[in-house]
Parts: sequence; C-alpha cells; structure tokens
Amino acid sequence: MVDALISHYNYWLIIILMMLGLYIVVSRGNLVKKIVGLNIFQTSVFILYISLGKVSGGTAPILTGKPETFSNPLPHVLILTAIVVGIATTALGLALVVRIRESYGTIEEDDILIAERSQEVSEPNGGTV
Amino acid sequence: MNIILAHLPVLQVAIPLIAAPICVLFTFGGHRKLAWCFTLVISWVSFLIAGALLSHVLLEADISYAIGNWPPPFGIEYRVDPINAFVLLIISGISAIALPFARLSVEKEIENDRHILFYTSYLLCLTGLLGVTITGDAFNIFVFLEISSLSTYVLIATGVRQDRRALTAAYNYLILGTIGATFFVIGIGLLYMVTGTLNIADLAERLKPLSDNRAVHAGFAFIVIGMALKLALFPMHVWLPNAYTYAPSLVTVFLAATSTKVSVYVLLRFLFTVFGPTYDFVDLTFEFVFLPLALLAMFAGSITAIFQTNVKRLFAYSSVAQLGYMMLGVSLSNIPGLMATILHIFNHALMKGALFMALGCVAYRLGTVSLSSMKGLGRSMPWTMGALILGGLSLIGVPGTVGFISKWHLILGTLEAGYWPIAILIVGSSLLAVIYIWKIVEVAYLENDVDQNQVSKEVPISMLAPLWVLVILNFYFGIDADLTTWVARNVAETFLGGGA
Amino acid sequence: MSSQSVLLLSILIPLLGGVGISLLRHAPNLREACTLISSVLLAFIVYSLLPRIFSGEELSFTFREILPGLALEFDVEPLGMLFACIASGLWIINSLYSIGYMRGNNEDNQTRFYIYFTIAISSSMGIAFAGNMFTLFIFYEILTLSTYPLVAHKQNSDAKSGARIYLGLLLGTSVGFQLVAIIWTFLVTGTLDFTPAGILKGKIDPTLLPILLALYMFGIGKAALMPFHRWLPSAMVAPTPVSALLHAVAVVKAGVFTVLKVVIYIFGIEFLSETGASTWLVWVASFTLLVASIVAITKDNLKARLAYSTISQLSYIVLGAALASGLGILGGGLHIATHAIGKITLFMCAGAIYVATHKTEISDMAGLGRKMPFTFAAFTIGSLSIIGLPPFAGTWSKWYLALAAADTQMWLVIGVYMLSSLLNVWYLLSIVAKGFFAPPSEATDCSQRKIQEAPILCVLPPCLTAIGCVALFFFADHIVELLRPIVN
Repeated sequence: MVDALISHYNYWLIIILMMLGLYIVVSRGNLVKKIVGLNIFQTSVFILYISLGKVSGGTAPILTGKPETFSNPLPHVLILTAIVVGIATTALGLALVVRIRESYGTIEEDDILIAERSQEVSEPNGGTV
Repeated sequence: MNIILAHLPVLQVAIPLIAAPICVLFTFGGHRKLAWCFTLVISWVSFLIAGALLSHVLLEADISYAIGNWPPPFGIEYRVDPINAFVLLIISGISAIALPFARLSVEKEIENDRHILFYTSYLLCLTGLLGVTITGDAFNIFVFLEISSLSTYVLIATGVRQDRRALTAAYNYLILGTIGATFFVIGIGLLYMVTGTLNIADLAERLKPLSDNRAVHAGFAFIVIGMALKLALFPMHVWLPNAYTYAPSLVTVFLAATSTKVSVYVLLRFLFTVFGPTYDFVDLTFEFVFLPLALLAMFAGSITAIFQTNVKRLFAYSSVAQLGYMMLGVSLSNIPGLMATILHIFNHALMKGALFMALGCVAYRLGTVSLSSMKGLGRSMPWTMGALILGGLSLIGVPGTVGFISKWHLILGTLEAGYWPIAILIVGSSLLAVIYIWKIVEVAYLENDVDQNQVSKEVPISMLAPLWVLVILNFYFGIDADLTTWVARNVAETFLGGGA
Repeated sequence: MSSQSVLLLSILIPLLGGVGISLLRHAPNLREACTLISSVLLAFIVYSLLPRIFSGEELSFTFREILPGLALEFDVEPLGMLFACIASGLWIINSLYSIGYMRGNNEDNQTRFYIYFTIAISSSMGIAFAGNMFTLFIFYEILTLSTYPLVAHKQNSDAKSGARIYLGLLLGTSVGFQLVAIIWTFLVTGTLDFTPAGILKGKIDPTLLPILLALYMFGIGKAALMPFHRWLPSAMVAPTPVSALLHAVAVVKAGVFTVLKVVIYIFGIEFLSETGASTWLVWVASFTLLVASIVAITKDNLKARLAYSTISQLSYIVLGAALASGLGILGGGLHIATHAIGKITLFMCAGAIYVATHKTEISDMAGLGRKMPFTFAAFTIGSLSIIGLPPFAGTWSKWYLALAAADTQMWLVIGVYMLSSLLNVWYLLSIVAKGFFAPPSEATDCSQRKIQEAPILCVLPPCLTAIGCVALFFFADHIVELLRPIVN
C-alpha cells in the first residue's frame, strides 16, 4: 500500500493538482481566480504527460552518438503545444475579464449575476440580440 | 495542377490558416470591405476543396496524407474518409453561404474598427473546425479544437456592442470549453500511455487486445466527457444558450450549424473508429449514459424552448434538443440509428443555419429578436418570416423537409432496436417543436394590433439570397435525399461493420 | 393525355391558380375570376378521368423515391376518383359562394384566403390520388397546415384559440398515432403501397391487429372520432366558406376517405372480417354517432349544431368501414358524396343567414324562413338529404349502410341508425320549423322588417347544391357502379 503510494507519487501529485484546479474553478467567484484554477488544472495535465514520458534509467533525449536509453521526447513536444494553448487561453480569459470589469464594474461572479438579473427584469420581453 | 490536387488535404487547412494573418494586414488602410471580400473568397475556396475531397473519397478511395512526408504513425496524418469529407463539406458550405449574409449583418452589429479582427478570428475558427475534421492524429484534434474554440470565444465576445452579456457568455464558454478540452487531452494521454501512439488508425489497432485495461477505460471516459461538454450534451449544455443568444448573428449562424457538429464528429470518430461497440464498456456507455441523457436533452431542450421570450434563445434550446436526437441515434448502435445521426449532422446544419440567418435578418431591421417585437412581422418582412416558418417546419419534421428524413431514420432505428417507448417519445418531442414554432407563427402572422410606429421593411437581397438558398436546400435534400443517405449508410456500415 | 400529366396537372392547377391570385391581388374581380377558372379547369381534368376509370383503365405514376422503399406515388382508383370529383366539383360551388360571402361581409385578407384555399384543394387532390400511405400522409399534413390560416382568418383571440385546438389536435393525432402506425406497418410489411387485398395479411400477429387499427383510426383525426373530435367545433370560428370547405369539400372528407383507404387497401376487408379486428371500432363509431347527435340537439349556435352533425355523419362512414363488409364500403363511399352535397348546402345557408342578418343563434331565427325563402328552402332540402328521406340523396347511402349491418348481422347497429335518424330529424327540422312556422319574437321583430334574402352569390350556390341533392338520388347508381370494383 505505502509502496504503491510512493512508487506512483507522480500520479498522486497529478490527481491532487487536478482536483485543486477544478475545485478552484467551481468554488471561487472571482473571475481571475477561476482562470488561476484553470491554469492549475491544465498544469496537472502537463505533468501527467511529461511524467509518463520518463523511461526508467533513461537520460535526456539528446543524441550524443553513444548508444543509450533515452526518455521519450514526444510528450515534451506535445506539452509545449499544450502550454502554448494554455497561455493563449489564459490571455484570452484575462482579456475578457478586463472587458467585463469595464462593463460591469466588478469581477465577482455573484455581483455580475445580480447585475444580469436586474438587466433581464428591466427588459421582460427578451431584450436585445 | 496535379501538385495542388495531391496536396488538397493540407491545403484545406493551410489556406484559411495563412489567410488569417493576411487578413490582419488589411488594418493598414482600414479596408473593411476588402477583409469581408477576402474572407468570402477563402470560404469559397475551402468549399471547393471540400467538394473535391468528398467526390474523390466517394468515387475512389479514402485519402491518407502524411504531413511533411513523415509516414504515419510517426508523423501526423490527415485522413479523409466519407464521414470526414461530409463534415468538411458542411463546415465550408455553411461558411460559404453565410458570408454573403455577413456583410450587412456584421456592418450593423459590430464596431467598424473591429471588423478586420472579426474576420481574422472567423478565418481562424474556420481553420480550427476544418482541421479537427480532417486530421487523423488525436493530439492534432486537440490543437485544432483549441484553435477553433479560442477564436469562438473571441467571436462571441464581439457581440458586446448589442448586449454586454456577450462577455460573460464568452467567459463561461471559455471556462467550460477549456475544461472539456483538457479532459479530452487527459483521455488522449491515458491512451498514449497504454498504446504509445497518437494516430487514430494505429490506436484502433493497438487498443484491440487492451479492452480490460483500466487506463483505457479511464481514457475513454475522459474523452467522452470532454467531447460531451463541447457538443453540449445535456446536462453539460449550460454554456450554449447564452453563447448563441448574445453572439452576433453571423457567429450564431456559423456556430449553431458547425461547431457542435464537429464535436459530434470527433465523438463518433473515437466511439467507432478508435474504440467500437464490441468493447463492453463502450456498449454500456451507449445504453446507460447516452440514451438517458439524449432523451433528457430532447425533452428538457424542447420544453425550455417553449417558454422563451427571446427567439434566439428559443432556438438555442431547440439545438440542445436536436443534439439529443443525434446522441440518441448514436446510442442505438444500429445502422438506421447511426444513419440518423450522420444525416442529422447535415440536416441540422441546414435547418439551424436557415433559422438563425432569418433571425439575423430580423435583428438587422429591428435590433432585437424578442418575440413580442415580432408582432405582425409576417406582413412587413414576408420573405424573412416565410423562411423562418419554412425552417421551422423542417425543424418539426414535416415530410418533404430534411427534418423528416432524419426523424424517419431515427424512429426506424429505435424500432429496430426494439425500443418502442422511445419511438413514441421521439414523436412526442416533435410535437413540442410544433408548439414553439407556432408561437412564432401566431405572433408574426395573427396579431391584429400591430404597433404602427414599427418601421420595418424587408432586408436587402444580399441577406435574403443566402437565407433562401438554405431554405431551398432544406426542401431539396428533403425530397432528393439520395446523396446524403448514401453517404450516411456508407459511413454507418463502416463504423458498425468493419470498424469494430 | 398520359396518366402522368393528368395527375400532375390535378395537383398543379390549383397551385398555379394560387400564384395567379397572388399576382392579381390588386384587381379583385380578376382575382376572383382566376379562382373560378382554376376550379373549372380542375373539375374538367378530373371529370375527364371518369370514363377512363369506368372502363377499368389503370392510371399510375411514380414521382420519385424519397426514402428506400418509400416513393411519392400516384394512383387513380375508384374511391380516389370519387373524392377528387367531389372536391373539384364542390370547389366551383364553394368559390362562387366564397366570393359572395367575403364581399358581402367585407372580410379582410381576401387574397390570402383564396391562396390558401388553392393549396388546400391541391393537397386534397394529392390525398385523392395517393398511391401509397406515405404519399397520402404527406398531403394529409399539407392539408392540415394549409387550412390553419383559413381557420385563423379573423385573427382575433377566438380565432387564434380555435385554430390552436384545430392544429394541435390534427397534428397531434397524425404525428402521434398515424405516423407511428405507418412506421409500424412499414417495418412489418416492408411497403406502404395500397394493394387490393391489403398488405398486412400474414405479416402481423392477429392479436396486434386491433391496436394497429386503433392507431390508424385515432390517428386520422380528420375523421373526427371521439375523443379527438374537438377540432371540428373549434374550427367554426372560421368564415363560413372555410367551414364549408372543412366539412364538405375537403378536410373531413379527406379524413373518412383515408379511413376507407386504410381499411380496404392496407388491412383488406376480408382480413378484417376474418379476424374481427374492427369490431371495437363499430362500437366506438356508434358511440360517436349517437353522442354527437345528442350534443347537436343541445347547441343553439347554428354552425356548432352543424359541426356536431358532421361528427355524427362521419361516424356513419367509419361504421361502414368497421363492419368490414363490401356493402359497408359501398355505403361509406356513397355517404361521402351524399353527405358532402347535403352538408355544403346547410353550411352555405348558415353563412347566407349570417351575411343577411348577422344572426348565428337558432333561437334568433324565428320566422326568418318567411323573409329568406330560398335560403330556408335549400336548408330544408339539405336537411332532408342528411336525414335520409327519399327523394333525396342521403337515402341511398343510409340504405346501403343498413344493408351492410344486416349482412354482418349487427342488428344493434341498425337500431343505432334508426335512433340517430330520429335525432337528425329533431335537430335539423326544428331549425326549418322555427324558420318557417314560428312567429318572430318581439325582440327581433324590428330588425326583421329590414331583412331580405342574402346576396345572389350566397343564395344561388346552396340552391344549386340542393338541386344536386335531388339529382344525386337518381344518379346514385353511377357512384355505386364506380365503387363496385373495389369490393369484388
């Protein structure tokens, strides 16, 4: 039991980070904090990929001419792509938060919901496009 | 010429991809009209390429194209087979038809200085959707999915000039969509862990002896949930109504007709090509997950639609119900059921494309799409409302329209699987559609006390023409369904017969 | 002319007429002329088929296959011929009447009215000439949808709620029951073609047969079987020419026509009588027959009374089909014709009364017969035909239906017929009696003096159809001749 815990520590870490990230997204009302949670969630996925690329006894996947065991370089490449995607998502999310702040004056989800509800009430017939 | 033909698969994606940064260059000089024109041309070129690919695949053989000449499974492969090519045609076709409509609609709804960036994002979205469809590599799907999703979030947010809720709609879609895509990536990671490959065809091979592996089960679950979020399967549909309602009209037309369909396609690809109904856990998912959720979607979507006062939101909930139909077809796991899903991918694109375009025309004249503001519109905008009603008839499934073709196959599929009560439920939910369409009919045509101050006349021909093209296609493919049913049958038989 | 062109023309002529009407919207006289010309042309084409059908010629034409095994197919057989003749012939009369009524009442939206009329007639032709259940179902739905704007014509809240019930019941039954029955039939037999001895024999477990029949019968909402009959009284909010169309020319006739087609060509008369699957229908139809007649007696609104009378009369035809005997089919088919011509007379008279006096309640019509002699005379003749007294057309249809009941030894049914005829006498002749013999009440007396006969275009058509009721009495044997090949 303890053996399984220790030998698979990377997966435990991944699970903890994943759950942390998701929990933050769900429980926090501040829009920026949600994006932070999303980032943590995505980071856990990066670690998942990278950690599964490691070959026991393998070294960095750089060709040196000597016959050696190399770790798998493919996950690294995939994660570079995923990191870029993550950055773009974060940037876009934060840009949206800035615009929401300009428009609503707040970045707390609860306050925004209240503002939207009152907007709905004032235009009972479905409102604008 | 031959070189171009040989590289069509990659050109399908490369052309809009390269077009996007070129479009940004139009900012120098502020050539908004040129940006629109450029986007239109690119869409048409994509449509022609998709058409060429479809005819090649139907008449000759599937296409396998190795990017950068790296052979699969080591390199990324673009693989075109009938289902692929069909969805490519739908995406590029809808884009090609919607863009003439876009000129005036975008003019009205989006600030002038944002037009060029709008069209750039549109091209990126097109790239992403086309890329998801055509690629044969699982991780590549993720990349293009995110390209299309990110540009979608931007496109939705541009609706802020009409209603600031577009921003929160885009934000919520961003959060949920990213979670969905990340789940998908986790699933791919788990599968990669077990098989060592990312190529879809290769995954299918290598997964065969691994059907008892827990990691495979977990990977399957993550992929299904991730895509279910993207395709707005009930109850993971919560982002859809707001996103469709507050986005600009063109964006709603394009998204409603394409983005969720692409996610359905990805799900189909994984369910049937990578996995396959012979795996126990896949079969169980159909029966215990998709079937009940699809039924719930059908009813929850239709019933919620009935009570909406904003017509765009009404049709957004209707889309949730229609996606339920598609998932129902999948869950039946027999030929007519799967044919119904594939047919509905096409037919729903036509239906919702026409409906949202008609609403875009209404928004163009009225500035709003609330039901109460549409009083007497049947008289002042006869062509637009006529198109809306005809699209509505297609939604209900009146014989002679595409909606009937899908419903027929779906009912046939449920009866073949022995699920009598579900056939009755399908019929029942079609009747619910009658209720909300008829609400619109009554308001538009049967109101006596029309506000005389309401000035509205018909929209210009550049908006009516694409609209009526879609309406006519609704009826054409409802009467001459040979091509679509042939493709659907072909695909269904491959998925259910050889794929497993 | 080839069968293809005739069949296509019969569906296209009304539609082309509709286009013409739409173009001529600003020239009312020309527009009305367009309607009349289309109706005369249509009748001409349809009636030209008669000698060919009598000589036993087969006319059919497949348009295209829409779904595997399901084609849009047209086929002329005696029953369809009968329905087409009635619909096209009565369209001419109804058009004349509509012109008089709509102008006399100064109704709005007349162009829209005439256009949807043409679509309704065109779809009736489609129903009449349908060669399989699929084609019939398509045109059945188009008929429902195209008559909706006619029912909702006045656009006030009554019209809207009446039209909602109309559409809801008709679409609900057709999609909820009829479509399910059609798909079930298709799954079990692999075809939906109308075949002389039916397509179900040997393909379906006989214990399931009554259920399938029930799905069809209740699914054919236009035949107004209880409890799905409410749409008919609700549709009375429409202008009277629409009521005439609904009750006599097209809609309910399409319903009972479909009932007969299903019984003859999907189930097969022999198969039904062997398995006894339609016995339950005899009782449901009898129940509708009697209860509708009783309700009719309680109604003071003339159109409502006539509506319930129609529900009752339709059940005669359903009953004839349910008896699963050749005589029943003959009687049912004959009743389609005789009821059509009788009911259209009654409705046109009701409309004429409205145009002339704006009265809708029977209790207000005391003594009106003396002021509007032609209208009430036509009404009397129509009533006597519906009741089934010689020398009026209704005699023969009731005769054959009674014979069918005797033939199948359903003696109770004969009792039902007799009771119902007595009820008919009560609720119809009481109107006639009130009109001719009752003294006008004081309240209505002052306005009575100014009342005179309705405009000529409102009075002439009912008089023509009244003469038709008499003529049909003598020509009924031709109809029986036409239908006989079906039952042999």
